[in-house]
Amino acid sequence: MKLLKIAIPAAALALAMLPTLAPAQTPSTLRIGLQEDPDMLDPHKARTFVGRIVFMGLCDKLLDIDPDLKLVPQLATSWSFSPDGLTLTMKLRSDAKFHDGEPFNAEAAKVNLERARTLPDSLRKSELASVDSVETPDATTLVLKLKRPDATLLAQLTDRAGMMLAPKSLSGDVTAKPVCSGPYKFVERVQNDRIVLEKFKEHWNAAQYSFDRIVYRAIPDTTVRLANLRSGELDMLERLAPTDVKSAQSDKSLKVASTANLGYQGITINTNNGDAAKQPMGQDKRVRQALSLAIDRKVLSQVVFEGLYAPMNQPFNPGNFFINADLPVPERDVAKAKALLKEAGVSKVTAELFVTNNPVDAQLAQVIQAMAQEAGIDIQIRATEFASQLRDQQQGKFQMSRIGWSGRIDPDGNIHPFVTTKGNQNDGKYSNAEVDKLLDEARTIYEPAERKKRYDAAQKILQDELPIIYLYNQTVFFALRSNIEGFVINPDGMIRLAGLKRS
Amino acid sequence: MFTLILRRILIAIPTLFLVSLFVFALQRALPGDPFLVIAGEERDPEVIARLREIYRMDDPIVVQFFAWLGQVVQGDFGRSLRTGEPVLHLILQKLPVTIQLATASILIAIAIGIPIGILAARRKGTIVDYSASAVALSGLSIPNFWFGIMLILLVSVHLKWLPASGYESIFVHPWEAIQRLIMPAFVLGNGLAAFLMRHTRSAMLEVLRSDYVRTARAKGLDEDTVVHRHALRNALVPIITLTTLLFGELLAGAVLTEQVFTIPGFGKLIVDAVFNRDYGVVQGVVLCTAIGFILMNLLADVLYILVNPRLRSG
Repeated sequence: MKLLKIAIPAAALALAMLPTLAPAQTPSTLRIGLQEDPDMLDPHKARTFVGRIVFMGLCDKLLDIDPDLKLVPQLATSWSFSPDGLTLTMKLRSDAKFHDGEPFNAEAAKVNLERARTLPDSLRKSELASVDSVETPDATTLVLKLKRPDATLLAQLTDRAGMMLAPKSLSGDVTAKPVCSGPYKFVERVQNDRIVLEKFKEHWNAAQYSFDRIVYRAIPDTTVRLANLRSGELDMLERLAPTDVKSAQSDKSLKVASTANLGYQGITINTNNGDAAKQPMGQDKRVRQALSLAIDRKVLSQVVFEGLYAPMNQPFNPGNFFINADLPVPERDVAKAKALLKEAGVSKVTAELFVTNNPVDAQLAQVIQAMAQEAGIDIQIRATEFASQLRDQQQGKFQMSRIGWSGRIDPDGNIHPFVTTKGNQNDGKYSNAEVDKLLDEARTIYEPAERKKRYDAAQKILQDELPIIYLYNQTVFFALRSNIEGFVINPDGMIRLAGLKRS
Repeated sequence: MFTLILRRILIAIPTLFLVSLFVFALQRALPGDPFLVIAGEERDPEVIARLREIYRMDDPIVVQFFAWLGQVVQGDFGRSLRTGEPVLHLILQKLPVTIQLATASILIAIAIGIPIGILAARRKGTIVDYSASAVALSGLSIPNFWFGIMLILLVSVHLKWLPASGYESIFVHPWEAIQRLIMPAFVLGNGLAAFLMRHTRSAMLEVLRSDYVRTARAKGLDEDTVVHRHALRNALVPIITLTTLLFGELLAGAVLTEQVFTIPGFGKLIVDAVFNRDYGVVQGVVLCTAIGFILMNLLADVLYILVNPRLRSG
């Protein structure tokens, strides 16, 4: 006990005398805070958004996109479709190498595309479904023969379906040690903690990458993630919470970058999936129109997101080429909403809104509930965690579900799966032959203006029938230490490491 | 003592079996389909079907359970649905993290809780006693995550004394490990210290009232000797049980503290696994935690005997 009497003050003293330590850092390590821990680090099996952020450092893709969503070369330097639209020919770089030293060539690309198409648990199959066969006339020419014209294919090749793994590494455990051809190679992963990459000096574009090491750290809590950035434990973070944007902007040691993301957030309505659809909200489009008119999208964004998220009523992000300009975001109109309900022969409607069990969604649901109430729509809120919501939604055990979509580069990915009769994600089982026809056609047309006509026509119908009520676009916010320069923000929310440096 | 240990280990086997059975059954009863989550945003039905087949999800649940149990007995805990990593590897990766944090927290709790508890008992009814109780009460009632965030903001963001988060092994980078350990261990230990302090105080009061302590005092021994030599040893018995049980609980992972300080331990692992319906990981971790808990109970019994000679014969 005497010992303790001395030990406690001594320990306290030692604590107080701890040197003021500058956070330990090597000058050329870039530390990035992610919102979640990525899943499998195998581009053909991976599914998470944060996983794609890590792949940006690890794996090169055939193509990439610039901030305006234009296709730019990466492993492929040029590409063209045959006149019948059934053959895609790509010219490949000859100076790219995999991290294990194997050269990248057409044969390697073919091996990868075949793996993505045939691996039993590949998640890329639907993305490459139009590909019939892959041919390699020479080392730098890749030819994709298609079953049907596919306007979405190039966009798929800018993401995981176009990422290349070293052929020799495919027989090993890819997830444990992915071997790609990107600017950084895999060093280690501690699940739920960090993923460490190291510069690949033989990369064809190595001069563009100034950091020797990249450390991705999973820090789910937004407040904690920001505190880590402030204390200098991180150099940048993705998905800064809207509620933290102001305080981060006012902090001189930080800077904030933002852009509209590719996705949408909205309410999916069960119009046709089982018994739950058999109520006024599911059966009568006028009731859905009334709900849409009852919601003030601007106020919703102000209350829940500090006004930082842009209101939307279409599945494409604000500023997107495929937005139908004839369909502006509607203003709130309670009188009209009431009139619509009256026309539908119902003065009071009750409907259940399914939300994910988290503070933001709960708040959103309450605001929607209050707004709808004024128009005579009584919304009951049901909250559960995401895995259950997804399952119930797919089984048709819902009337309305508050859900969103992270977005795809190609417009097809934001609309086709959700509203076509056989769409994988059409949980409300909405079905309209005309919409099916227009959207099926749109995916086969390469000419953007011609394609847009189909989307415009489909959207006109969808805006009237409202199987999905689109609400707002999630602006992506990144926060960086003010000494980090050269960050190019892109609507896909990815972190491209080229050009990033510390001043 | 040897027979005691042996007996305990034998009793542990059916316990572990029941624990695994419960976890297995309860998890399957949870709503939500892991494959809907794992199959990615696209939810390709073909992929989902294929995944279910790979993970034998379409077999009857009894078959699944015994298939799993059979593998576990051979040391194979299966793979994580989410990342494809072997579960055993994950457990071995997280276990040292959690043990390190738990040990540091318990040490801090003991260092604070027991001396203050003794002091409060000796000065019962004085200002010392009341302030100790007040401190203990606040320690118990301040939520860990809030206290943790406040500490980070003060110590890391404002004063820049300590790193805000992360983990290092004490055996690899001792100095950095200690820096990263101080705050989370203090947050956890602080709550536990309050707990220990309350119990030490009441146990001490009990013992100080007993006849033999009065005798000791009557012999003219000075108060320090009475308290430390005679009273404390007996008062420690319930404290030891409590401490080992607290340690056992910490092994299950201090979920909130681990989240706040981004420490990749059991707590984060299991929460993540439950949300992702990562069955194999949940099962493996729960089984390991149960084993840890049983070991801690055993340790408590052994320590009892060492501290209290009267128990040695039995």
